[in-house]
Amino acid sequence: MIRFQLITLLMFMLLLVFMQCDTNPYKQGLALYEQNCQNCHQEDGKAVRGLIPPLAGSDYLLNSGQVACIIRHGLEGDILVNGKRYNHKMPENKKLTATQITNIINYINHAWGNDLPYIPYNIIDEALKECE
Amino acid sequence: MKYGLIVLCISLVFLGCTQEEELPIYGNRDYVKKEVNGKTVVDTVFHKIPPFSFTNQDSLVITEALFKDKLYISDFFFTSCPTICPKVKAQMLRIYEKYADNPNVLLISHSIDTKYDTPAVLKKFADKLDIDSKRWHLVTGTKDDIYGIAKQYFIAAAEDPNSPGGYTHSGGLVLIDKRKHVRGVYDGTEPDEVTTLLKDMDRVLAKQFK
Repeated sequence: MIRFQLITLLMFMLLLVFMQCDTNPYKQGLALYEQNCQNCHQEDGKAVRGLIPPLAGSDYLLNSGQVACIIRHGLEGDILVNGKRYNHKMPENKKLTATQITNIINYINHAWGNDLPYIPYNIIDEALKECE
Repeated sequence: MKYGLIVLCISLVFLGCTQEEELPIYGNRDYVKKEVNGKTVVDTVFHKIPPFSFTNQDSLVITEALFKDKLYISDFFFTSCPTICPKVKAQMLRIYEKYADNPNVLLISHSIDTKYDTPAVLKKFADKLDIDSKRWHLVTGTKDDIYGIAKQYFIAAAEDPNSPGGYTHSGGLVLIDKRKHVRGVYDGTEPDEVTTLLKDMDRVLAKQFK
């Protein structure tokens, strides 16, 4: 009986160890980023020099409500990022839900050395309602 | 002694592998018979990029003469492309930056949206990318000429109302040597393939521009 308990405990510990290996907590965000954003903003988040603004080290990310609205509705006209002006049409992403946009933002906020706060769903959802 | 011989044989086999093969020349080849000193010899004629005439971002007429004795990279895009183009442009920038000091390397990007991408639109696009129009030409032309030359570069391009942006095309980057032979077509949406392209460019440069 004791042996059985020991084995169960051991299995449980092993499971825990394997779960630790899964280091990226923003998996869905990453998958959505690859599908919807990466063509333009690139795998390294540096985008295309002069044409498309970077997400890696971008000061624009501080306003996550605005970022959520741009992801959903796209952007036309000027945008100022890290003191540089960009102007290249970004397409809308009307299919993405508030949850998906939240996941994308939290992936971006923690990728490529970005160290920005975790943004909860309700903040993004409210921001998206404002820009409907 | 016996083992020594085996080791020798094996190392010989591996030595044989290290020799790099030459890059192929793409396309159909013709065999032309001609007389040399009274004997008939068969000459191989390789596919070559034919003469062309387009207008670049500075509204200058650009022909094949500009690319004479140059190695160049050719691709197809359009400025309002919402899909693969930005990815390919990021890779073209890699090439542009690596050979910044090499006057033997040029780039040419053909717009397949011949209605919207006027030289003025291309100029704006080039200014945003901050590229030198002497080294990287963004060109437009008649629809027939652009789609015709795409075939010569082995690139698929077509108008397609069902595709995002209205056009469908491959993100291929084409390597053309100084004899106007196509030496490789690489997927410009795959950074690893572009790394191979950069290596292949170095090989052609070492061979043709000593």
